[in-house]
Amino acid sequence: MKLTTTLLASTAVAVSTAGAVTAQDMANSMTLVSWGGAYQNSQVKAYAEPYKEMNPDLEIVWDESSNEAVAKLRAMDEAGNVTWDVVDVVAADALRLCDEGLAMEIDPEEMLAEAPDGTSAEDDFGDMLVGDCFIPQIVYSTTFGYRTDMVPEGVEPPSEICDVFDLETYPGKRALEKRPINNMEWALLCDGVAKDEVYDVLATEEGQQQALDKLATIKDDVIWWSDGADTPQLLADGEVFMGSTYNGRLFSVIEEQGQPVAMMWDAQVFDLDGWIIPANLPEDRLARALDFIYFATDTQRLADQAKYISYGPARESSAPMVGQHADLGIDMAPHMPTDPENSKNTFLYNYEFWADYRDDIDAKFQSWLAG
Amino acid sequence: MATYTLKYVEKKPLSFSVPVVAAAGAFAGIFVGAAQGSIWQGILAGAVLMAILTFLAQGVLSESMEKPFRWGMVVLFAAGGYVFGEIPGIVVGAIFGVFYGWFIYWIGQGRYREKLLPYLTPGQVLGHFAFRVICGMIFFFLITPIVVVMPLSFNAEDFFTFTPEMLSFDPEGYSLKHYRDFFTSPDWQQALWNSVAIAPVATLLSVSFGTLAAIGLSSEHVPFRRAIMAILISPMIVPLIISAAGMYFFYSRLGLQGTYWGVVLAHAALGIPFVIITVTATLVGFDRSLTRAAANMGADPVTTFFRVQMPLILPGVISGGLFAFITSFDEVVVVLFVGSAGQKTLPWQMFIGLREQISPTILAVATILVSISIVLLTTVEFLRRRSERMRGLSPG
Repeated sequence: MKLTTTLLASTAVAVSTAGAVTAQDMANSMTLVSWGGAYQNSQVKAYAEPYKEMNPDLEIVWDESSNEAVAKLRAMDEAGNVTWDVVDVVAADALRLCDEGLAMEIDPEEMLAEAPDGTSAEDDFGDMLVGDCFIPQIVYSTTFGYRTDMVPEGVEPPSEICDVFDLETYPGKRALEKRPINNMEWALLCDGVAKDEVYDVLATEEGQQQALDKLATIKDDVIWWSDGADTPQLLADGEVFMGSTYNGRLFSVIEEQGQPVAMMWDAQVFDLDGWIIPANLPEDRLARALDFIYFATDTQRLADQAKYISYGPARESSAPMVGQHADLGIDMAPHMPTDPENSKNTFLYNYEFWADYRDDIDAKFQSWLAG
Repeated sequence: MATYTLKYVEKKPLSFSVPVVAAAGAFAGIFVGAAQGSIWQGILAGAVLMAILTFLAQGVLSESMEKPFRWGMVVLFAAGGYVFGEIPGIVVGAIFGVFYGWFIYWIGQGRYREKLLPYLTPGQVLGHFAFRVICGMIFFFLITPIVVVMPLSFNAEDFFTFTPEMLSFDPEGYSLKHYRDFFTSPDWQQALWNSVAIAPVATLLSVSFGTLAAIGLSSEHVPFRRAIMAILISPMIVPLIISAAGMYFFYSRLGLQGTYWGVVLAHAALGIPFVIITVTATLVGFDRSLTRAAANMGADPVTTFFRVQMPLILPGVISGGLFAFITSFDEVVVVLFVGSAGQKTLPWQMFIGLREQISPTILAVATILVSISIVLLTTVEFLRRRSERMRGLSPG
């Protein structure tokens, strides 16, 4: 009698565990790493909240460490204690992490959702799939904004990239990022170099000097920024006339904060931002991370994100589904960097060139700044 | 050898008062000039304006004209302020006018000597006032950054900017929305809760261990006292980032990294040196014969400690505990390493906010924290005085 009850009980336990296998396979908490601010907020609204609704037991923790993700992941790896599950990084960082073996390689066909019309994930993301570990999310651009009330009287508002270098027509301070990337390209473009030759020229010593010389013509009027929040603050203060920053930040300054600022889309530089999964996660956490990624990068979710911030979805199939801003109710399509009206003249961040030349040009740029 | 008469408060020659007041005017001109765009013009204008006014007051007008002249200066400066900065300019200008009106006569009539000993040489008088000016400046530069953020935290906009509405004291320009944001945002509330959960426990640990260590190290029969002391104090001397990186790798191996107790232990380690230093300092004045007397009367060491020693060194323990608490409450470097996102404390949240989104919510939090610190320190100081008074240690 006693034996039978024990047997029965253990069978019941065995059956119930077998039934719960899929749920138990996945960890119950997940740490997502992102950039904070309005961008992270858009991810919370578009990805994390609906995902949490489907998985009520899941605890999602956000860590605003994307800025130092490479260094932190290295340290975690060295300490043998990786606490992150899914990490949002720019494409260049994803390439570095992938090269160092700190990020997991992904197979888009298997791990990412198809488009609603059946197009494979690989085709739907297309060129955005840079590197073997990167799961693209958005296209953002670095571009210029200017104070509309600081345009001199009787002068057309600035509309071309070279207006940034034209101190005579457009006197006033400029905010530029404290690194050579983008600035060097813009400088060459405005020094008579044809657009398709910019990187050939920049690969040479003379070309680099030429770019720095062009930048030197406005150096005295430049305030150098390092965080995405700097330029919006400087523009709102009226401390600078024009400044470069991420287009989503400018959207927020113009549409959400109502500051007298306007966009200048000419020669905007596209870049990609997306997820990576750290290498060698324990099985249950990896299963959770993959499940989240599959959900968060499908066509609908990527289109939803554009309701909260003006970054373009990385999937081709998401573009027609971009709607209106969640709070302001304005159409988001014309504010996307990928909108045809805005993208007449664009650059795409040249990952290969900068991977090869970054250290060298960085050093030159920094010593030029100090000199 | 200069000869001194008994009348020290006397009218000074113009060759003295004009340059002195002009120099003071040039100093103020630095700030006005910087605000208007050109420091050098400001300095020049300030010096010239003050020289002319001093010459007028001390060289042309009679002494009976002092009152009308000083009122005239207030009106003149307020009007000047209005030209530069509208309504707030009037206030600032009027304050400038009051001060410089007083200053011109204070220097010109030699009144600065009134409260000084009559036999001081001019050099000593200069030294006396230079000392005061330097002390005042130190206070000014320490306090201003804290004071400036307070009105900014009531900004109606989302930037660190004094808007034109704010400057003209328009109620539209002010808002409590950043305070509302702090009290309603789950991120900030979680951070506040984490800080409140971590700091007291870390303080308790540092106070217990620190006090015991200080008592042990102050008894003479402990070997290697200095070496042990140096090791215990080292978290205060080693650069924080080094301690933080070290703790990160060490705690990772122990499985403490990213846990509540990991952060508490790390903060306790940072707080211990403060407790040791303050308690050791109070122990210097502690009379050891009291513990022997207690033992003589049959008290065991634990009773002796709590009934005799502890009450006497309590001020040191409390101030050490306060420092430990503030260290934990303000700390951002170590928690960034040892904590994980689940232990995000207030300073961490502020750090993120400042980097990703320059939002005045940070200023609202800063204002609240400053107010709490002021209340806390005032209370402790009040209690200390009260207990001293009750024990008859200090008069009054």
